[in-house]
Amino acid sequence: MSKILGSKKSISFTFNGTKVEKEVEPRILLSDFIRDSLGKTGTHVGCEHGICGACTIHLNGRAVRSCLTLAVQVDNCEIHTIEFISGKYNGLNIIQKNFKKYFALQCGFCTPGIIMSLCDYLYRNNNPSEQEIKDVISGHLCRCTGYSSIIKAAVESAKEINNAE
Amino acid sequence: MHASFVRSPYSHAKILKINISEALKLDGVEAVLTGEDVIKWSEPFVVGVKQPMEHWCLGVKKVRYVGEPVAIVIARDRYIAEDATELVNVEYDLLPPVMNIESSIKSNAPILHEKVKSNIVSERNFNYGNVEKAFSLANNIVEIDVEYPRNSCTPIECFNVISEYSDENKSYNVLSNFQGPMALHPVMAMALKIPGNKLRLRAPQNSGGSFGVKQAVFYYIVSISLASKKVGRPVKWVEDRLEHLIAATSATGRKSKISAAITKDGLLLGLKIIQYDDCGAYLRAPEPASLYRMHGNLSGAYSVKNISLKNYVVLTNKTPSGLNRGFGGPQLYFGLERLMHKISKVLNKPHLQIIKTNLLPQNSFPYKTPSGGILDSGNYQKAIQKAEKDGGLEELEKRRRGKRKVGKLYGIGFAAVVEPSISNMGYISTVLSHEERLKAGPKNGAYACATVSIDPLGSISVTIDSLPQGQGHQTVVQQLVASVFSIDPKNITVSSDLDTHKDGWSIAAGNYSSRFGGAVAGTVYLAAQKLFLKLKTIAAKNMNINVEDVIFQNDLVFSKNNPDNKITFSRLAGSSHWSPDTIPDAMAPPLRETLYWTMPQHKAPNEKDEINSSGSYGFIFDYCGVEIDQNTGKVIIDKYVTTHDAGTLLHPEIVNGQIQGAFAQAVGASLYEEFKYADNGEFLSGTFADYLVPTANEIPEACILHISTPSPFTPLGSKGVGEGNSMSTPVCIANAISDAIEQDKITLPMTPPKLWGLISKKEDLPKNLNLEITDEKKKISVELYQNYTNKKFWKYIKNKLRNIV
Repeated sequence: MSKILGSKKSISFTFNGTKVEKEVEPRILLSDFIRDSLGKTGTHVGCEHGICGACTIHLNGRAVRSCLTLAVQVDNCEIHTIEFISGKYNGLNIIQKNFKKYFALQCGFCTPGIIMSLCDYLYRNNNPSEQEIKDVISGHLCRCTGYSSIIKAAVESAKEINNAE
Repeated sequence: MHASFVRSPYSHAKILKINISEALKLDGVEAVLTGEDVIKWSEPFVVGVKQPMEHWCLGVKKVRYVGEPVAIVIARDRYIAEDATELVNVEYDLLPPVMNIESSIKSNAPILHEKVKSNIVSERNFNYGNVEKAFSLANNIVEIDVEYPRNSCTPIECFNVISEYSDENKSYNVLSNFQGPMALHPVMAMALKIPGNKLRLRAPQNSGGSFGVKQAVFYYIVSISLASKKVGRPVKWVEDRLEHLIAATSATGRKSKISAAITKDGLLLGLKIIQYDDCGAYLRAPEPASLYRMHGNLSGAYSVKNISLKNYVVLTNKTPSGLNRGFGGPQLYFGLERLMHKISKVLNKPHLQIIKTNLLPQNSFPYKTPSGGILDSGNYQKAIQKAEKDGGLEELEKRRRGKRKVGKLYGIGFAAVVEPSISNMGYISTVLSHEERLKAGPKNGAYACATVSIDPLGSISVTIDSLPQGQGHQTVVQQLVASVFSIDPKNITVSSDLDTHKDGWSIAAGNYSSRFGGAVAGTVYLAAQKLFLKLKTIAAKNMNINVEDVIFQNDLVFSKNNPDNKITFSRLAGSSHWSPDTIPDAMAPPLRETLYWTMPQHKAPNEKDEINSSGSYGFIFDYCGVEIDQNTGKVIIDKYVTTHDAGTLLHPEIVNGQIQGAFAQAVGASLYEEFKYADNGEFLSGTFADYLVPTANEIPEACILHISTPSPFTPLGSKGVGEGNSMSTPVCIANAISDAIEQDKITLPMTPPKLWGLISKKEDLPKNLNLEITDEKKKISVELYQNYTNKKFWKYIKNKLRNIV
C-alpha cells in the first residue's frame, strides 16, 4: 500500500476536447481524478463498486464507469464528462431537455451518469425498442423517480434523435 | 484535512486497546481521534427514554454493531487516511451478539448496555375504549403475527460533513447534507457540550436524495467536529457506499401480533396490538419515534373504537435505526392490512368487502381516532369507488380468473392506508408516562418558517425551511408566490439552503414527515399574502384609488376602473427601498416578511395518552395484480393501481413523481431489499451486489389516480403525499402474494428463493438431484474455494464437476 505512494506516472489525454497532461498516482480512481484533480464535479460517485452507474463517463466515445477505471488507464485516451455534453450543444442536449420535460430527475445525483449512458447508446443505435432502452437504464440506480419518467424521456429522445438524423 | 473511520468488524465486543502509533507514522497523517478524546470533549447523545444508555459519537470501551466507528484518522487526503485506518490496531474481546428480537428479549440474553440491565429499553401499555368488552362480544377472533424487515432507501449520494472548529470562539461551523429535523440541532450541541449558538449548521441548496436517511448524518457531524478540534483545521468526510450500507441507518425491524374481535360480517369491534421494534444497538434520536409517529392513526382508515396496545423498544447488535421514508407506517400497516386480508379469508368474504365494512363513514370528518388523532378530511368511499372504476378492478379480477384457469399463480392484493403528514413534535413524548411528561414539560406543535423579501429592483426572494432534496419545493414555491403577486415566476428565486445563524427555523424545520405541502407551502403563501396586502394598500394610496379597486395582473398593477392608472409591479415593489414616504403611516415597510406557522390541533399528549401525532392525514387505496413465476419464484407485478387523496394538489406532476418514486422504493422493500446479518453478527448486505436495489426492469409504472378533499387545517388545503406508497405498497404486494399462493405467512422481502421455497413441492425437484450434504461434497467445495485463484481453475472445476454429476 504505502510502497506505491509517491511513484507517480505522467499521463496525457484529451479531456472534454482539451489536451491535458498530469502526474498521477497509479492507484487513483478516474472518478476521484476527474473530480479532485480536474475539478469537474458533474461526475458523481455513488457506490465505487460499479453498480450504481452515477460515475459513468465516455472513454474513447463509449460509456464506462469511472469508479472502476484507474486514472493511469486513460493515458492517450479521449475522455468526455457531463460538462462536455451541455457545452457541446450550447445548452442542454435532446436527452437533457427531455429529462426536464418529463420530470425524469428529482435530486439529480444519478442523472449525469444516465445521460452519459443514453448519449452513448441512443446516438449509436437507430430505433431502439423500449425494452432495449430499459436495459440501458437498468445499468443505473435511481432512488427518486421510480424510473418511469426516465424511460419516457429516453424513448422520446430516441425518436427525436432518429428523426434528426 | 480528510477523515476516514476505523470501524468495528464485530457486532459485540469490548475494546481492549487501540494502538495508533503505526498510523501516525504514515506520511500525511495528522492525527487519530479515539474514544479518549471523545470522553474528554463530548457527552453521550441524549436518549428519548429515561435509561442510563451511553451512546458516544465513537464506540467507547465497547462496540455494539458491525461498522460502529472506533477511531477517526485525519490526514492530508482521503487515500492516505484510508491507508492509515488499516494501520490502527484495535484489540477486541468478543462478546456473544443478539441478532434478533426473540433472542434479545430472553431473560438470559447477553446485555448490550449493562447499566440498563435489559435489552428492552421501553415498555408502554395503552388502552383506548373497552377492549375486553369488545372481545367478549365478538363472534370471532382473528390473529396475525407479522414481521417487517430492516431496510433503507439508500440515497445514491452518501453522507457529507465538513466541520471547522474555532478555538477562539469555542464553536463549530458545519456544512453537511443534513436534512433535519432541526430538533437534532440541540442534540448535537449538547453532545458537543456547547450552547446552541456555538454550533453553526449549514445545509446546502442542492443535495442528493434523502428519504429520511440523511437525518442520521447528525451522528457524524459530532464526530467530525471533534476531529476538527483535534487538528485545529477544517475536516471533511465523505461517506462511501460500503460505510453507508453497513453502518448509516436502517428502518426499524418490527414484530407485531394483532388480534381482532370481529362480528360475523367482519366488522372490527376491537384490536389488541403488540409491537416490538428492533432499534439496533443504540436508541438514537429521534427514536423510538418509529413506534409513535403512527400513534394517532393506529386504527388506520377504520372506525374501530376499542384498541389496546403494547409497545416494546428492543435493542440488538445492529446499526441504530432512524428516519426512513414512511417512518413507522410500513411497519404498522403491514400488520393491520395483512390482518384485514386474513379476516376476509377466515370469513370467506372478499377482502375489499371487509375493508368497506370497516371504513370511516363519509361524513365523519374531522374524526377523532381512539388514540387521539384528528383525521382532518377525507372521503374514503369516493376514493375506492374511483379506484375500482378508473383503475379497472373488474378487468383485473377477470384476468385473475383467466390466469388461474390455465394453472398460473395469480393474486390480487388490497391496502387502505391513512397517510399522516406534518408531525406534531410532541408525539415522541408519548413514549413517556403522563407523570414523566409532566416533569419534562409539555411538547407539542411544529413551527414552519418562511421569509419573502423584495429587493430594490422589485424582484422577490423566498426562503423556506423544508431542506428539499429533490422534491421540487423550489418550483412549487416559485409558482405559488408568482400566483399571489400575479408576476412571472422567473422574477422569484427560492433559497432552500439553511444556515442556523441567519435563517428562520424552529426544531420542526427540515425535510421529513411530508410537511412541505401542508405546512411549508402554506406558510410561504401566508407570508406572501401579507406582503401582497401591504403592496396593495401602498398602490391604492399612490394611485389615489380604493384598495379593493387595485388589480395585480401580468407584472402590472392598475385600477379596476381606469386601467391607464398603472404602475409596474417591480416599481411598486421596490418603492419601499427608494421612497419610504410612499408607505402609509404606521405600516411596517413591505420589504421582508418572516412568518412562523403552527397548528392549534397539535396538542401535547394528554393524561389519557391521546395524541394527535400529525397535522393532516391523507388517504390511499391501492390494489395490484401479481403473477408468480412457478419455476423461479419471481414475483411479477402485472398491474398496480394507487389512488390518493392528498387534499389540494399544488403541482400534479411533482406529486405523481413522488408517488411513483415511493412506489419504486416500496417494491424494493417488498421483493428485494434487506439488511441481513448472520447469526454470529456478521453483516451480509455490504454492497449493492448484496443489497439489491431495483432497476428500471423491476419497476412497472403505477396507475396513479387522485381525488381531493382539502384539509380544513392547512392554509392551502394540501396534505403530505411523498410517503404514502412506502406505507401502502409493501402490504398490498404481500396481500397479493398471499392471495396467489394461498398462504398466510408472508415475510418481506419476498425474494425468489424465499417464495420458491413456499410454492415448490418435493416432487418439483429434479429426480436425480441428491441434495444430501456428504463429507465428500464438503471436501470438494473447500477445495474449489481454495483453488479459486489457481490458474488451472477451470480445468479443475470441469474434472470435479464430472465426478459430482
